[in-house]
Amino acid sequence: MSIPTSAARAKNYDVIVVGSGAAGGQTAYTLSMEGVKVLMLEAGRKYVPEQETPMFQTADQAPLRGASSPEKDFGFYDATIDGGWTVPGEPYVQSTDDPNGRFTWWRSRMLGGRTNHWGRISLRNGPYDFKPHARDGLGFDWPISYDDMAPYYDKVERLIGVYGTSEGLENTPNSSPGCLLPPPAPLVSDYLVQQRARRLGVPIIPGHRAVLTQQLDFKRSPALLHPGNLKAQKIIAEHMQQRSACIWATDCGRGCSIRANYQSTTVHLPPALATGNLDIVTDAMVSEVVLGRNGHAKGVKYIDKHSGAERVVTARAVVLAASACETARILLNSKSALFPNGLANSSGKVGRYIMDTVGSSVSGQIPLLESLPPLNEDGASGHAFYAPWWGYQDQQKGKLNFARGYHIEFGGGRRMPGAGTLHGLEHFTGGSYGKKLKEDARRYYGSFVGFDGRGEMIPNENSYCEIDPKVKDKWGIPVLRFHWKWSDHETRQAAHMQTTFAGIVEAMGGRVIGKVRTDGTEAIAPGGFIIHEVGGAIMGADRQISVTNQWCQTWDVKNLFVTDGAVFASNADKNPTLTIMAVAWRAADHIADRMRRKEL
Amino acid sequence: MTDRRTTIKWMLSVAASMPLLNQRSWSQEVTALPAYRGYGTDPDLTKLYRPGDAWPLTLSQAQRRTAAALCNVIIPDDGRSPNAEGVGVVDFIDEWVSAPYPRQTADRPIVLEGLAWMDAEALLRFEKYFAELDESQQHAICDDICYEPNAKPKFARAAAFFTRYRDLTVGGFYSTPAGSRDIGYIGNVPLPKFDGPPAELLRKLGLGPEST
Repeated sequence: MSIPTSAARAKNYDVIVVGSGAAGGQTAYTLSMEGVKVLMLEAGRKYVPEQETPMFQTADQAPLRGASSPEKDFGFYDATIDGGWTVPGEPYVQSTDDPNGRFTWWRSRMLGGRTNHWGRISLRNGPYDFKPHARDGLGFDWPISYDDMAPYYDKVERLIGVYGTSEGLENTPNSSPGCLLPPPAPLVSDYLVQQRARRLGVPIIPGHRAVLTQQLDFKRSPALLHPGNLKAQKIIAEHMQQRSACIWATDCGRGCSIRANYQSTTVHLPPALATGNLDIVTDAMVSEVVLGRNGHAKGVKYIDKHSGAERVVTARAVVLAASACETARILLNSKSALFPNGLANSSGKVGRYIMDTVGSSVSGQIPLLESLPPLNEDGASGHAFYAPWWGYQDQQKGKLNFARGYHIEFGGGRRMPGAGTLHGLEHFTGGSYGKKLKEDARRYYGSFVGFDGRGEMIPNENSYCEIDPKVKDKWGIPVLRFHWKWSDHETRQAAHMQTTFAGIVEAMGGRVIGKVRTDGTEAIAPGGFIIHEVGGAIMGADRQISVTNQWCQTWDVKNLFVTDGAVFASNADKNPTLTIMAVAWRAADHIADRMRRKEL
Repeated sequence: MTDRRTTIKWMLSVAASMPLLNQRSWSQEVTALPAYRGYGTDPDLTKLYRPGDAWPLTLSQAQRRTAAALCNVIIPDDGRSPNAEGVGVVDFIDEWVSAPYPRQTADRPIVLEGLAWMDAEALLRFEKYFAELDESQQHAICDDICYEPNAKPKFARAAAFFTRYRDLTVGGFYSTPAGSRDIGYIGNVPLPKFDGPPAELLRKLGLGPEST
């Protein structure tokens, strides 16, 4: 299968989709399956995981034993290319030197965007997460409920393949029967965390990740995904069969050449291309949405990175799915007489309410896990278990000093050694070297467990992006300037994570490595570090205080849609990718329906 | 040819004058790195790289000799797995201190000054380079610097170097196939299914699906 990267075929497109990641991939998939002619524009290069993924390469075959560098932030073998917290020639600006006021912006300039690099953690938002303001008076409610979204979560899980279980816990939704794949077997350390955390009242249940623990149900799912659409059913049945189940080796973060995990490039784009309704132009850096005289979006302007030439493409509707902040940037840079402050910005809310996830980590050394016999613990290369938030009732009773919850991701085991393996061993050995060090290495390898909290940030007036008046990127496009501030809800939550994780390490009979940071401002990871950037064009029921309606349609421009994380009205502790896809599918269904009725 | 006594006198004067006593001019002269580029933001991930492929190696033969001796003291051949030099750790350390990235350029003076200190200290105590010492002599020096909390103030910087160098050696060694095998890493092979740990091991540890 080839992905066209040359100039688009001359034809009349129905929809232009800007971006090719979770949102762009899902939007293009749904639309093209429904017979809508789509042109996708991607700022990065063509990327083919089947050919480019370093599946079994070991650390000693990479520069610096695979260690991270500013050019490969997550290590040499991470799938991300031409991306990271810095992108050469594409700067962004901070409004302050205060480290707590900075937002560090991760971008991925490649086909498939950030879906090539992620943890594959695929948790549903629950009922509370769509109506947080109704529950505690903070932030905003979405104009949709969990019941509106549940059918789309079911569809996305069936399509991309998500393992996990339905446990019926509070605000931790069950999936419909047949949607989830079986979870992978836990590791020794997983069982130990489960046993000891439960004693502290922390629930430990199977995690949800977009990894095929078995082949997708290509017989039943196609008809459930695309009822009445035989062509779509046939195409997706074929592609489900082309995807292999997990082979229990190699890190998902490298990408997957056998298509066993979810990447837009291996799951959404191939069947969408097979419909014949999708064209993709890569190396197309979109600068603005072009407005027609009638006040409708006419198309988009982009820079062809090869020639530097500016081009305009047109369609009946435009969908922005460029990632939350890039989408806000495109809107803010699309200025006209009708929209002097940026397109679809009559509310003044474009770029506002940028959110990330609250992150904090603790790791421990666990004597019970020392000197275990050799075990292959590659597993599914990510968590088998996690802890969903357990404090809803305590918060309702006012027992906690922060408003929203977090879940715990944790991992131990005998992972593939790399440049940093067994660093800092002197803290346990008293500085051994020589033959004693080799004995110590055998003893301590695999005895470490790390805990990462992932918590909800409440949108606030001090966290936003705007266009910098001076700085432009190398394409001549004005860049973003960021403003950032955590509230006490987030910093107190981070402190709570620290004491909770330290408690679990101790309950496991272990020792915390380093210091437990009880000052939340020290405990919290800087803005942007968790790479769960959402907001910037939030959806709402009131056009005065939101940018889109529940269909991701901008209030101001009826044929302009935003289907990425920008529309999130809250950022639950649940990792955003699954919800981005579910929201995008629902919006794309709506667009296809309106197109059929000639309303767009 | 420089005779041994002259060399020793020179080394002693260097040792007395610095790198670890903060004379920046000397260390800059010794450690300055030519401006190399990195592997870029879009390197070929499927290619097999060796140290020197992405940027040139920069250690001198003398520095490499000391580097090898020290990493073999840290990770010797013990009959179960080879020494650090034997699996390419010297090349890795050379690649590391020659790399054009911030973390590595920060390590470069620490490592180069540290290696110079090892030789200076060896000459001071035993009138031989570190690589020429016997095991007990090498250990006599390393014992003074192998654990920062116990190091005397005069060895503080040498101990900080040793901590860093041990981590580089350990990471460089255990990330090779021989090092991985030594600590019992048996993954990175495709499996038809994944069963998790054997029930017997879980029982022994008091763990498992039904344990509380």
